[in-house]
Amino acid sequence: MNLFAFTTIFAQAGKGLGEFAGDYSSKWDAGTYDGGLVFAGIIKWLVTTWGVPEWVPLSSILNGVLEASVFPEIGALLITIGLVFGFVNIFAIGAVWSERKVSAHMQCRLGPMEVGPHGILQTVADGLKLLAKEDIIPRLADKPLFALAPAIVFAGVLMRFVPLPFGDQLIASDLDLGLFFIAAVGAVEVLGVIMAGWSSNNKWSLFGTIRTATQMVSYEIPIGLAFITVIICSGSFSLMEIVNQQGGSLNASDGYVYGGWIWHWNLFRNPFMLVLSITYFIASLAECKRSPFDLPEAESELVSGFHTEYTGMRFALFFLAEYAAMYLVAAVAVVIFLGGWWSGIYPLDALGLGPEATTLTKTLGLLIKVGVFLSKAFALVFVQMWVRWTLPRIRLDQMMYVCWKVLLPISLVCLIGSCLWELASGGASVFGFGIVVE
Amino acid sequence: MTEAKIRTEEMLLNMGPQHPSTHGVFRVVVRTDGELILESESHIGYLHRCFEKCAEGNNYLQVVPYTDRMDYLCAMMNNWGYAVAVEKLAGIEVPERAEYIRVMVAELNRVASHLLAFGTYGLDIGAITPFLYAFRDRERILKIFEKLCGQRLNYSYVRVGGVTFDMTEEILADIEAFCDYFDPKIIDEYDNLLSYNGIFISRTANVGVMPADLAISYGVTGPSLRGSGVQRDLRRDAPYGIYDRLEFDVPVGTGEMGQLGDCWDRYMVRMREMRQSIRLVRQALAGIPEGPFCDKKAYRAVKPKAGETYKRVEGARGEVGFYIVSDGTNIPYRVKARAPSFSNISILDKLTSLSDVMVADLVAIIGSLDIVLGEVDR
Repeated sequence: MNLFAFTTIFAQAGKGLGEFAGDYSSKWDAGTYDGGLVFAGIIKWLVTTWGVPEWVPLSSILNGVLEASVFPEIGALLITIGLVFGFVNIFAIGAVWSERKVSAHMQCRLGPMEVGPHGILQTVADGLKLLAKEDIIPRLADKPLFALAPAIVFAGVLMRFVPLPFGDQLIASDLDLGLFFIAAVGAVEVLGVIMAGWSSNNKWSLFGTIRTATQMVSYEIPIGLAFITVIICSGSFSLMEIVNQQGGSLNASDGYVYGGWIWHWNLFRNPFMLVLSITYFIASLAECKRSPFDLPEAESELVSGFHTEYTGMRFALFFLAEYAAMYLVAAVAVVIFLGGWWSGIYPLDALGLGPEATTLTKTLGLLIKVGVFLSKAFALVFVQMWVRWTLPRIRLDQMMYVCWKVLLPISLVCLIGSCLWELASGGASVFGFGIVVE
Repeated sequence: MTEAKIRTEEMLLNMGPQHPSTHGVFRVVVRTDGELILESESHIGYLHRCFEKCAEGNNYLQVVPYTDRMDYLCAMMNNWGYAVAVEKLAGIEVPERAEYIRVMVAELNRVASHLLAFGTYGLDIGAITPFLYAFRDRERILKIFEKLCGQRLNYSYVRVGGVTFDMTEEILADIEAFCDYFDPKIIDEYDNLLSYNGIFISRTANVGVMPADLAISYGVTGPSLRGSGVQRDLRRDAPYGIYDRLEFDVPVGTGEMGQLGDCWDRYMVRMREMRQSIRLVRQALAGIPEGPFCDKKAYRAVKPKAGETYKRVEGARGEVGFYIVSDGTNIPYRVKARAPSFSNISILDKLTSLSDVMVADLVAIIGSLDIVLGEVDR
C-alpha cells in the first residue's frame, strides 16, 4: 500500500476513492510507482531495505507501523504535511536571515552578527522570542475572527504547496488541476487578511486590509492570465507535466524524456512568453505584498497594516506566511517559465534517466534536479529582496493603474499572441486546435 | 435600472503624535473618504520646552545651548543666528578666522541636515536603502564635528564673538577629504538611486503643489519656498558673515518633473543645495586666514546696552530669526525666536485642501516640508 495514496486520494476525490486506492496499492506492490511518489518510494526503500534497526527501542512496533499495516494513510498524510511544513519553516528561517543580510550588505551594514556565526541563528532566536511573547487580543477586537485569521492566512499559503514539485517526482501530490489549485487557493489568503484587519478594530489595520484586498484580488488576474497562457501552450494543468514538457521532447524510440537545452524552457517557447514572465514576476511581487507593492504593510504610512495589532506567535504566522508565499511564487515561476528542475544543460539533465540508469546515477540525477530547482527558486527570491531594498513604494491609485492598464493588456496580448504562435507552429493546445507533435 | 444602495462614510483618522512619518511628535487629524483626504487639521505643541522663557533667566552666553535644542539637526545655524543678533546688539567684532570657520561648520551642518531630509524622505516614500546611505555620509560630518567640539548634535560651537574652539589643521584636512569624497560622486549616486527613480518621481511629482504666492503668504522660507521657484536666500539677499565674498548659486524649483512647487521640486532643491554647500566649504577652506577664533572679551561675558534687535540667518529649513531685547544687564530681557519649521508646517492643512490628496501623499507632503518638531514647538 502506498504511504502517499491518502493525500492523493484526498486531493483527487472525484476519481472514486476505492478505485483510486486499489490502483495505487497495486502499483505500490508492483514497485511501479510514478507521478509524485518518490517520497513514498524513498520511504519504502528504506523500510524494505533496512527497516528500523533492532537496537532501537520498540523496533518491532515501529516496523509494524512502517510496514503499513496499522494506519498507513494517516501516516502518509502526516509525513507529507511534516515535510512541507518543515520545508516552509526552514526556508522562512533562512530567508529572513538572508533578507537581513542582503539588505545589510546593500546598505553598507553588517546585519545580524551576534547569534551564531554571522548571526545565522538570529532568526531562530527571534522565533523563540515570538513564541515566548504574550498573546494580546485587543479588548474591542472581534475575538474569534481575530484568532482565526492568522491560521487561515498561513493555511492558504501552505495549501498551495500541495501541487508544487521540489524536484523530479518530488511532490506532495501531483494534482491534475495543479495550477488551477494554486490560483484558487491563493484567494483564501485574502479572506484571512480581511478577517485580520477587520477584526482588529483599528482604523490603520482597516486601511491595510482594504489595500491588501484590492491589491491581491486585482493582481490575481494578470497571474491567472499568465497561468492560462502556460496551460494553453503545455496542454496540462499539472505542474509535473508542465515541467516535463520543458525538458525537451519525448524520445520516440523508448518513450523517455531525457532533458533538453535551455531553449526548451517555456520562457523561450515564443517571444510572448518572455514578456509574460516579466508581467508574472511583477504581479507575483504584488501578490505576496513585496516592495514596490508593499502598500498593505507600508510602514511609513500604516505602520504595519493589517497585522498591527498582532503579537507573538500569531504575528509570526503572518510573517511565516509572507516568506512562504515569496518562495511559492518564485517556485511557480520556475515551474511555468524557467524549466523547473531542468538545468538547461542536456548531459546534466539526462543523468539518471532512461532504461540504462543505475541506482547511483538515479540518485545523483535526483539530487541534481532538486538542487537546480531550489537554486532557481532561491535566485528569484533573491531578486525579490533586491527589488525590495532598491525601489520606493507606489501609491494605491498607481498600483491599480499598473495592474489594470499596464499588466492586464500586456498579458492579454501575450495570451492571444501565444495562442496564435502555437497555432502557427503546430504546438499542442489544451483546446484541441493544435496539432500534437510526436 | 436601480442604483445599488451602497453608502459610504467618512472616517476620522488620527495620525500621530506617535507615527513614524510625522518626523517627531506631530499630530494630524484627517477626515478621509477611503484613501482620499478631505480635510486635515494639524496639532502641535507636544515638544514645547519654554525656550523663550528659559532665555530670560540665563545670561547671554548661557542661552546658546538652548538654541541648539530648537532645530537639533542644524544646531550650528541656530547658534549662529543667536550669535549675530547678540553681536549686533552688543557691537562685537567677530575675528576673520571665526567667520570662515562659521561658514564651514554651518554649510557642513546644512549638508548633514539635508542628508537626513533626503534619507527620511526616501523612507517616507518607501525606499529604505537611501536612508542608510545618507546616514553613512552624515556620520562622516558628525565625526568631524565631534572632533571639533566633542558633540554630535547639540554643538553650541558658534558662540557670541566667534566660535568655541579653534579649527586645527587636522580637522581642516578632514573637511577637505569629506568634500572630495562627497561631491560629486556621492550626490550623483543619490540622484541615481532615488531622485530620478521612476517610482519616486511618480510619487512626488504633481503632489502637494505649493504656488509661490501662497507660500509667501504663509511665511514659508528656505528650500520649501525655493521649491516653488522663488529666488530667496538670506545668504545672498541679506548677507551676514562673509557670504557676500563667496560665490554660490541659489537653486530653485523648476517644475521639470511636474508642476512648479511640487514635492519633487522641494526635494530636489535640497539635493542641489548640498552641492552649493560643498562649493562654499571649499571656498572657505581655500581662504581661511590665521588669527584669533573668538573675541577675547565676548568669550568671557557679554553685557549689551539697553536696546533691541532682530537678526536672521538662513538655516537648513529656512530663516532662523532672533529678536532680542536688552535692558542693559547681562541677562536678556526678552528673546523671541522665529523658527522656520513653524511657519512651514502651517501651510500643511492648506496644501491638503488644495488638491485630491491621499494618505500616502500626506506623508510625502510632510516629508517634503522637512520639519523638525523641536523647532516647531521650541
